[in-house]
Amino acid sequence: MLYREAGDYSTSYPEDSQTFPIKFDRYRYYVILAVAFLVIPFFINDYWANAVLVPFLIYSIAAIGLNILTGYCGQVSLGTGGFMAVGAYACYKLMTSFPEISIMIHILLAGGVTAAVVTLFGLPSLRIKGFYLAVSTLAAQFFLVWMFNKVPWFYNYSMTGMIGSPERTVLGIVVTGPATDAWAKYMICLIFVTLCAVLARNMTRGSVGRKWMAIRDMDIAAEIIGVNPLMAKLSAFAVSGFFIGIAGALFFSVYLGAIEVTEAFGIEKSFLVLFMVIIGGLGSIFGSFAGAAFMVLLPVLLKNLLVGGLNWPTDLAQHLYFIIAGGLIIIFLILEPHGLAQLWRVAKEKLRLWPFPH
Amino acid sequence: MPDQVLFAAEVMLNGLMAGVLYSLVALGFVLIFKASGIFNYAQGVMALFAALTLVGIMDGQVPFSHLINAIFGTNIHHFGWHTPALLAIILTIMVMVLFAWLVQRFIFRHLVNQEPIILFMATIGLAYFLEGVGDLMWGSDIKKLDVGIPKGMNETIESITHGAFGYGFFIDNLDIFATFVAIILVAILVCFSQYTKQGRALRAVADDHQAALSVGISLSYIWILVWSIAGFVALVAGTIWGAKSGVQFSLSLIALKALPVLMLGGFTSIPGAIIGGLIIGVGEKLFEFLVGPWIGGATENWFAYVLALLFLVFRPQGLFGEKIIERV
Amino acid sequence: MSNGSEGNFVTTDGRNIGGVMMEMKNITLRFGGVVALENISFNILEGEVRAIIGPNGAGKSSMLNVISGFYIPQEGEVIFQGSPRPSLKPFEVAHQGIARTFQNIALFEGMSVLDNVMTGRLTKMKTGIFSQMIWAGKAEREEIENREAVEKIIDFLEIQAIRKTPVSRLPYGLKKRVELARALAAEPNLLLLDEPMAGMNVEEKQDMSRFILDVNSEFGTTIALIEHDMGVVMDLSDRVVVMDYGRKIGDGTPDEVRNNQEVIDAYLGVSHD
Repeated sequence: MLYREAGDYSTSYPEDSQTFPIKFDRYRYYVILAVAFLVIPFFINDYWANAVLVPFLIYSIAAIGLNILTGYCGQVSLGTGGFMAVGAYACYKLMTSFPEISIMIHILLAGGVTAAVVTLFGLPSLRIKGFYLAVSTLAAQFFLVWMFNKVPWFYNYSMTGMIGSPERTVLGIVVTGPATDAWAKYMICLIFVTLCAVLARNMTRGSVGRKWMAIRDMDIAAEIIGVNPLMAKLSAFAVSGFFIGIAGALFFSVYLGAIEVTEAFGIEKSFLVLFMVIIGGLGSIFGSFAGAAFMVLLPVLLKNLLVGGLNWPTDLAQHLYFIIAGGLIIIFLILEPHGLAQLWRVAKEKLRLWPFPH
Repeated sequence: MPDQVLFAAEVMLNGLMAGVLYSLVALGFVLIFKASGIFNYAQGVMALFAALTLVGIMDGQVPFSHLINAIFGTNIHHFGWHTPALLAIILTIMVMVLFAWLVQRFIFRHLVNQEPIILFMATIGLAYFLEGVGDLMWGSDIKKLDVGIPKGMNETIESITHGAFGYGFFIDNLDIFATFVAIILVAILVCFSQYTKQGRALRAVADDHQAALSVGISLSYIWILVWSIAGFVALVAGTIWGAKSGVQFSLSLIALKALPVLMLGGFTSIPGAIIGGLIIGVGEKLFEFLVGPWIGGATENWFAYVLALLFLVFRPQGLFGEKIIERV
Repeated sequence: MSNGSEGNFVTTDGRNIGGVMMEMKNITLRFGGVVALENISFNILEGEVRAIIGPNGAGKSSMLNVISGFYIPQEGEVIFQGSPRPSLKPFEVAHQGIARTFQNIALFEGMSVLDNVMTGRLTKMKTGIFSQMIWAGKAEREEIENREAVEKIIDFLEIQAIRKTPVSRLPYGLKKRVELARALAAEPNLLLLDEPMAGMNVEEKQDMSRFILDVNSEFGTTIALIEHDMGVVMDLSDRVVVMDYGRKIGDGTPDEVRNNQEVIDAYLGVSHD
């Protein structure tokens, strides 16, 4: 009843291959965009921004980045934390070295720097595949964290080894530093998320996306039909690095404001984003959002329920979080290896027929 | 002999010992990978869990006491008794076998035929899950583990080397004990794999699941067996590491260290795990000793991985792994 | 049927075929101690349908892999369109205009039929990654153009109804057809088919044979195919190469090969007269 396609057909190839072919989907998408841009900024408060929305947006970007590398191109990476650190530190160095330039530019440049670094660490991928590649990315993870800890140039020789984000404004509105309003934080992240999502969608729908997926599905066949495997893999690493770098830069400058690298970008971060991508759905932009929402909301929910509601101690909630997160990963992998995105797709298909069973 | 050489020799010996411990953990990985193609990221957490359970049983802790107290408002922590080490070890082994059965029954039976990367990610989920359960059951504070393993500097070696070189090597008794245990364990495992019926079945399963099924080998039995053995190896590793530095979360990070060991040695080779472990152990300590001071130290965080990475670029199957031939 | 000089060749149904497209000269391929191909020489003429037959393990797929650039022979050379081919990577070979299907289907299981066939167009799609990020403009136009070309092939092979279906859900026969579509999408000069009829029933074989003949006559594509079904080979091909244990034991028209004693002994069985 809600979801009918009668009369909803395409008459041209562009129409046929658009992102939301069904009218209902398209309208739903416009509504969400309208709410996100026009409604939420007026109602958002500090708690919702800091606990839920800003981390959700930032992790969505990181999840899209990892999804492109692992979900679309099939190259497993456990280095996301370290790569986010590259974005953060690049942003920091740019902000402190060129304070006159807008932070938006710095964030984009930080993405570019990260793209270059990630591509470098992606070079072994031509010789090394599968697990072995995953473990090689661990080399990147541990080395980068060590480097940002030990080389004082990165943290401007400060005593503490931490980096802090100086105050910056965009169009006169403060976006970093303690004086930032909740809605400003939210807005700057939202702008980057929209940009990244659009770029990602465009790349994955065309020949670049198909090359990546061909490498993922059967790299030997892909090569025989004309895909240059090194270029395809490196481009996936580069694009992934770009997005992850932006996420890292935002994570540092807008969200946390000050970070210590081992805590903020350690290997648990790599696993967190990987979980988002698995639970959300490998190879799906929507899945990246769904997974990010899930992993951001879960600890918040648990905390509110157990600590707030039942008055249990926080470390108990932490243990339960591990149990539930780990358990859900396993359940998803068994029941629905394609994640929430697939569940959503199936649900939509059923909705299209409802109330008929098939 | 010049001091530097002596120091270096001592560092190398200690590196060898550390390498032995790495190999112990790597062994668990190799076993499971050989039999099921699963790379068990949870092996490190299994070591932690086994050690936690051992301590818990020995100290007479009430399992899940934290949770029970939170739900019921009680304040119980201990039963009040202490279990002798040997009995506790046997009970812990039983727990690990139960764990193996549960894991096989509820997880991997449903994931037969999935791609290796899905299996790997399932073990990551398992690692988090098990860590949460371990913490919930026994509490996440650091625990002391004492099952009677000799500790402290070995007097004999110290005096011998002092007499010969004028410098007494500091080699911990614990490390010597660990080396012997590891050698015995490897010998047992290799004999088991080569000479027993189950060992042969294990190798058959590692080669080809379908073929093994068709000659009547029960996959679930083999997998429970393998996970139990891996659990036992985890217990040994966890006990030794735990006796060395206390039972705490960082024990699970050893799994991460085992990865470069396996990359060097090849994922399917028991001798590879040993030799890989030794190379990494010595390499790490030597690198830190020689180069560390120039670049800020703490290179042990990443050296093993970079070494393994470089190695893999030139020899993707590791030292002893099977050469990967791709066919179309 | 006459066999002219310089590779001019008139087939039994009167088509006039051009010069030599590809020549294999003394190809020897070894895997460690195993000799997969031993001193094999034959050529493929432009516009013909060349069959490669032989018992299992004769080295036919290895031969095709050498042509694809996937295996590099230890000895001998491959001469494509007149010039010797240096060691090329497989993807470079694809850009030279050689496309193929595989013995065990090598479709991209994570994608739909349409996407799979579109991957066949990759050698023709040139827009860079930055244009694709923006999509509107150059990238979108190129996508539409290539989509049109692909739709023609989808029509030709009659797989319109399944174009959005994920390939993993298709039955075997349809998968083979999609693989052929993908190979055709590349508009190749030389099409290599590795056992295109494997696992098909009589009707499916008739369909596939019709497609292969149509490809050869309508598009003028040169075809080299490995096949076990003798009826198909005799009907479809203009010339045949027979292999056994890595060596060539027969080379000529289907009739010539059918009467070759060595071939009969190795493969066809003793004929009753």
